[in-house]
Amino acid sequence: MAARRRRVLPGFGLGLGYALAYLGLIVLLPLAALAWKASGIGVAGLLHLLATPRTQAALRLSFGGAFVAALANAAAGLLVAWVLVRYRFPGRRLLDALVDLPFALPTAVAGIALTALYAPNGWLGQALMEHFGIKVAYSRLGVIVAMVFVGFPFVVRTLQPVLAALDREMEEAAESLGARRWQTFTRVILPMLAPALLTGFALALARAVGEYGSVIFIAGNIPMRSEIAPLLIVQKLEAFDYAGAAALGVVMLGFSFVLLVALSLLQRWSRRWAEQPA
Amino acid sequence: MTAATAARASAWPRRLVHALLILAALGFLGLFLVLPLAAAFVEALRKGVHAYLTAIDQPNAYAAIRLTLLVAAIAVPLNLVFGVAAAWAVARFEFPGKAWLGALIDLPFSVSPVVAGLVYVLLFGAQGWFGPWLGEHGIRILFAVPGLVLATVFVTLPFVARELNPLMQAQGSEEEEAARVLGASGWQMFFRVTLPKIRWALLYGVLLCNARPMGEFGAVSVVSGHIRGLTTTLPLEIEMRYNEYDYVGAFAVASLLALLALVTLAAKSALEWRYGDELAAHAPGGH
Repeated sequence: MAARRRRVLPGFGLGLGYALAYLGLIVLLPLAALAWKASGIGVAGLLHLLATPRTQAALRLSFGGAFVAALANAAAGLLVAWVLVRYRFPGRRLLDALVDLPFALPTAVAGIALTALYAPNGWLGQALMEHFGIKVAYSRLGVIVAMVFVGFPFVVRTLQPVLAALDREMEEAAESLGARRWQTFTRVILPMLAPALLTGFALALARAVGEYGSVIFIAGNIPMRSEIAPLLIVQKLEAFDYAGAAALGVVMLGFSFVLLVALSLLQRWSRRWAEQPA
Repeated sequence: MTAATAARASAWPRRLVHALLILAALGFLGLFLVLPLAAAFVEALRKGVHAYLTAIDQPNAYAAIRLTLLVAAIAVPLNLVFGVAAAWAVARFEFPGKAWLGALIDLPFSVSPVVAGLVYVLLFGAQGWFGPWLGEHGIRILFAVPGLVLATVFVTLPFVARELNPLMQAQGSEEEEAARVLGASGWQMFFRVTLPKIRWALLYGVLLCNARPMGEFGAVSVVSGHIRGLTTTLPLEIEMRYNEYDYVGAFAVASLLALLALVTLAAKSALEWRYGDELAAHAPGGH
């Protein structure tokens, strides 16, 4: 079949060749430059860079904060996807369209808008500070709030199609066998959603780790406290420490690769899951 | 108790749970999505309509708008052609390393925008691979329009390909094969058969691909050099005004981009509602 198709349809060489050349120029060549520049400081230099407290604090915040934000997004995304797929109420379509707002809203706009909300004199920030003593903007919590914002659509959009395609008969069977609603949800529905939920979590995590625009405004960028790793890269570049910037870039890129591999494994798993006989 | 009343009795707590869940979802969306959007507009109009209009009616703002449109006008068509070529190869043919190609296309989504900018600095900067040669020949890539375009192209590379690939795979190639058998040339087949089948998905991908370059910040910020009126796109103009404590000015420019985001969302939803079938099978994530 494949062999016949290759004979009948033209453009394989053109399509693949163009795509590969484009990818090579735009993605691979620059990444090679990154690896080459980073290798300039050597393994010892890299370890030394990673050992500085400021780098460690920034990496901890970027990865740890992104992890917390992705967890929050998994919970909120599950709730919103469930409500959007299972319930009918006025304004549902509007809400559904709104979910993509973080994809469409430029990160710089999101950054200053969130800061205006959560700053000590802001709409929400003032009340949170006075009543609960919680400081959001210019702290680690602010970084996490911005990361939740940018990562939110991933979980909802990954869950929605799976949730819509879910076989209702399983739920009905569970209920007819005497399961309570909550039991049905945790024992029957949640396991079926698990691969999609994990995929959404990983996508939100990947986005939050590298996020820059929306975070730097609300973070306040206090060294050792609310500085994220991408900001350190920018600072090193501004100080013409290209090797240091490249080394940090490679660390972040390495994490992206690991996530990508994990994601493709997840997708394989969920495909097998879907093909299982019910 | 009859069966009907029992069912009604058990329906009540369930309704309550439904209402509570809907309220919780509305609360989250309101707090995290609607409120920031509203804040952008309210802060922009804080000192009245006149101050808002003066903040936008400035040479720097116009220069930023022109530059943003120019960068998007170059980057989006480049990625459009790439997306069609890549989707054609991946969706229509079997070849070794296909999975790797797919992963490579997705890679820019999971790379930090700052790293995306950084790689071009390392390539074209004064200490970079091509920096000295470019310097000798007086070609500017970094801190100029070509650098902005390259960084934007990198960040938005996957959109069109990602949108087209699953759709073209689902559509199959019978009609294209028929066109070939009936004697159509390769380009005739492409323009008369393939393109009409994917046009809405193509538009959808372009829409998503367009929202991002207009608002791209991290990657562009690294390669721009922040030369006012020359290399500042709208998001960078926001940052500069914000850092100069010109809050009304920053939010005024931000409100323009927020409007663009709303228009994008509306157009995207309209496409989804009208041509949902022809867009089907689009993979979630990374938009």
